[in-house]
Amino acid sequence: MTYLSKSPWLLHYNASSCNGCDIEILACLTPMYDVERFGIINTGNPKHADIFVVTGSINEENKDVLVNLYEQIPDPKVVVAIGICAASGGVFRECYNVMGGIDKLIPVDVYVPGCAARPESIIDGIVKSLGILEEKRTAMVTGVPVKPEINTAVREAGTE
Amino acid sequence: MSNKLLEGFWVDLVFFLILFPFIAAIVLLLIKADNMRSAVVGVSALLIAAVSVWLLAAYATSGTVFFPVSPEPLGELMFLIGMGIAIFILYMGVRYKNNIAIALTLIQSAMMVYFEFGISHGAVPENNFFVDQFSIIMALIIGIIGSLICVYAVSYMKDFHHHHPEHKDRRRTFFFIMFVFLAAMFGLVFANNLAWLFFFWEVTTLSSFLLIGYTRTDEAIKNSFLALNMNLLGGLAFAGALIWLASTGGGMELDKLIATGGIIALVPAVLISFAGITKSAQFPFSSWLVGAMVAPTPVSALLHSSTMVKAGVYVMVRFAPVLQGTTPGYMIALVGGFTFLLASAIAISQSNAKKVLAYSTIANLGLIVACAGIGTYEAIWAAILLIIFHAVSKSLLFLCVGTVEHQIGSRDIEDMNGLITRMPKVAVMMLIGMAGMFLAPFGMLISKWAAIRAFIDAPYGVIFVVILAFGSALTVFFWAKWMGRLISVPPPAEDAERRVNRTEWLVLSFLAGLMVLATVLFPLISSYLVEPWLRAIYGQVTLLAQENVVIMLIMLFLLMVLPISMLYYRKDHRQLKPYMGGMTTTSRMHFTGAIGIDREVTLGNYYLESYFGEQKMSKIGVPLCVILLAIMFAGVAVAGLMH
Amino acid sequence: MSIIYALLFLLLAPVAGGLIAGIDRRITARMQGRVGPPILQPFYDVGKLFEKEKVVVTNSQNFYVLCYLVFIALSGALFFGGGDLLLVIFAFTLAHVFLVLGAYASNSPYSHVGAERELIQLMACEPIIILAAVGMYMVTKSFYVADIAASNIPLIVFIPGLFAGFIYILTMKLRKSPFDLSTSHHAHQELVKGVTTEFSGPTLGSIEIAHWYEAIFLLGFVYLFFSWSPVIAVIAIIIIYVFEILIDNTFARVKWPLALKSSWLITAVLGILNLTALYIIGGFVK
Repeated sequence: MTYLSKSPWLLHYNASSCNGCDIEILACLTPMYDVERFGIINTGNPKHADIFVVTGSINEENKDVLVNLYEQIPDPKVVVAIGICAASGGVFRECYNVMGGIDKLIPVDVYVPGCAARPESIIDGIVKSLGILEEKRTAMVTGVPVKPEINTAVREAGTE
Repeated sequence: MSNKLLEGFWVDLVFFLILFPFIAAIVLLLIKADNMRSAVVGVSALLIAAVSVWLLAAYATSGTVFFPVSPEPLGELMFLIGMGIAIFILYMGVRYKNNIAIALTLIQSAMMVYFEFGISHGAVPENNFFVDQFSIIMALIIGIIGSLICVYAVSYMKDFHHHHPEHKDRRRTFFFIMFVFLAAMFGLVFANNLAWLFFFWEVTTLSSFLLIGYTRTDEAIKNSFLALNMNLLGGLAFAGALIWLASTGGGMELDKLIATGGIIALVPAVLISFAGITKSAQFPFSSWLVGAMVAPTPVSALLHSSTMVKAGVYVMVRFAPVLQGTTPGYMIALVGGFTFLLASAIAISQSNAKKVLAYSTIANLGLIVACAGIGTYEAIWAAILLIIFHAVSKSLLFLCVGTVEHQIGSRDIEDMNGLITRMPKVAVMMLIGMAGMFLAPFGMLISKWAAIRAFIDAPYGVIFVVILAFGSALTVFFWAKWMGRLISVPPPAEDAERRVNRTEWLVLSFLAGLMVLATVLFPLISSYLVEPWLRAIYGQVTLLAQENVVIMLIMLFLLMVLPISMLYYRKDHRQLKPYMGGMTTTSRMHFTGAIGIDREVTLGNYYLESYFGEQKMSKIGVPLCVILLAIMFAGVAVAGLMH
Repeated sequence: MSIIYALLFLLLAPVAGGLIAGIDRRITARMQGRVGPPILQPFYDVGKLFEKEKVVVTNSQNFYVLCYLVFIALSGALFFGGGDLLLVIFAFTLAHVFLVLGAYASNSPYSHVGAERELIQLMACEPIIILAAVGMYMVTKSFYVADIAASNIPLIVFIPGLFAGFIYILTMKLRKSPFDLSTSHHAHQELVKGVTTEFSGPTLGSIEIAHWYEAIFLLGFVYLFFSWSPVIAVIAIIIIYVFEILIDNTFARVKWPLALKSSWLITAVLGILNLTALYIIGGFVK
């Protein structure tokens, strides 16, 4: 049992989402759902974050940003894809400018589908990710490398 | 406890210190070859420093020692040389069409002629030279720091002329004046005869005038005349003091005058303090020191931070027992206090490194002046500590800035960004110098602490405590942001340190070491030199409590030891780029902005020009201090006339 | 100087500071109609930070943060050991300069501006703290915390102006709105995280612990104003701290010129008036 699951700080990034899922994420912080009671804080700084919460389907402009932010988060870290756009591109999947799903670039640990995902699902997803955080921490300590690679080929190739 | 044999010995040391730099100056005037010049400067500097230390060592326990040197023919000689200087300045004033200089010199010469021939001087002054603990402290500053600066100047001036072939190489004159200046400063701190002190005072004014104008550019000439005129104004007041003393029979001897006290001593004290105010560039006379920064850096280090401007506060500290508790004394202290506050504020708005150092110097001198004006034993203790620590730190900083300027080609603080990677050792020494100016547990902090206590215990000291509290907050701001520029670690750049000359290294390291040493040893300095002197004059002493000294030593120790942790940190840490909103930055802090344009990140300090700008602060400071000085003069004039 | 108290401070202050921080967050949450985190949350936070990977932007920044922590702890220990109050204040300034240098070292935009603002905050806070110490000296005739704490004189009666000025800047020191300009405590962002933007993992944990030490020192300083009656002092501390939380939740952040000008104006006026009054009274009571 590590402290990580008692104090998970999240970084929320909008990778060209319609803001629907973002609003629901922010709703989790309001008194109605109040995720701070789990110790969750929304920090805007990747260097302080543990959970990378991403919405949106990624396009040319922000694929570098996404990877950049991911790299700046110190280990152990988990990525939670919120909303169907982040999972697979959602209704925008066929668009020319959309990459369709963040797992094309960075390894995702938890998918929270929905359009928009409900606060309860989001909280559920994040709590699930806490378990994964724990595992990663254990792996980090015991020296077993669990460092999934960033998909540089897709990143270079651009949106397809 | 002085016997004739010892007296003879010490007279030799004192005379050596006054005459030898003068002889070295003449030798240097004649030497053209660089190597010979380095050798002569080096040997002379070593001798001067050694004799200064010898003076200290030979002197550990005796009190004030007087030297009955006959006033004739030395007095006559000084008068003649003084007239010669006046004629020279008249010539310069005519040549450069500066009417103020001409007018002031004529008035002063008239006053000195009147003084010499027009008044009958009562008793013939006997003890024309003396040595006491305060003189020794000043002599150490002049002898050690002054000599080091001259050694540094050899290599600096060589680089200077290499970088600026447009200026005529007048190094022979340069070193001649530097050493003459050293001789004059020694004379000043050993003189007990006020007329002789004035002579040495005027020689330093002349040296400053000539050295500021060294490059002979229009700007340099303009600033040299500004310095000259303001100092001459002070000189007029000094001459007035001499005339007063001669006509009221107060006598020329400093020690007897201070012992006499009363209005006889107060009038010259105030007039000479006014001269001190001009010489130490207090408001409203600060502009000359800022303008003097056009001079080569060794000049700024020697004259305009550690030595000549200290002469101004030196005489004020001498007269402090007379000024204590009087209204003119308070006016002087207020001038000093407000100068401290306003100059610290202006330093925030300056990005030219030498100007920041200049305003910081003015501010610290203001603090010393405030202590001198208050004049209690606690205040003087603080003042002397301030003098010592400021001389060491500031000279180190000026010399570092000089070295940096030659290597990176700029005096601007913004260009010193990341100096710790480009010139690590010099940057560290600059950091030591800056820490010495405002951080615990270093010297200046000790002095400010002592000053706070002195102000609280002084009558009406409340205003000074408030000034000190706000002023010292201001100093934290401009020093820390400069430090920040130095230690930031930007993209790798070339090593600019390889070309720094060995002599310069030697001097800088010595000064940095001296600063740390002075901080560690200050309890000893205090108990062996400062306290006995204070006891002799005031009958009481003040101390910094034993346990506080211990704690400060612990802090110093930690500061020396903690950097070793940097070795530990080199290991297993993953390095990340700074956060730029997720934008990828190259190692040179370039990123791709909107529409794909490549942009570079530049960071700059806050200068808060609209709050602390030179114009704005001067608009407050100049009228305020003019009014204070007017009150001071009015008060003393009334009292003097009634006498 | 009492070594025992100093050591107790070094050991217990992080615990106390963390608990106070936790209670702070709880009360804040309740004021906002939420449940809030557990009281021990700050400890979990720091524990988690020490479990994170060690990353740096530049190696030197860890050195500066180490110095920051060491000197904050030393200054606080000096204070609680009964040492000289002026030396304590100056030692704290030294510590804060180290934090600022640590922020500058990374050459990053957010931490750079955060560092500039931190210096402005330092400039805004320092005068009144010095003046408060001077006021305490003028009443109790000693700069030593031991003497001031043991004094029977009700300081608050003699230096209410200085106390008010101190409370004004206490908001700044505790990094609460409206003066949390250089960095803010959790869940608030200012310049991302201002001074602390480029610190992470164990380094950030050290900064957090240093904040706890500092918070205990600040509350200790408040105690001194009421030191003649420990019970009243503790009640006063509680009231003041809850008051600060209330201010934090009520006011929006101001711009730095307003923060600087208002603190200087208020502390200068209150400081001068109070000290002058003390001086006059002292003259009569001699």
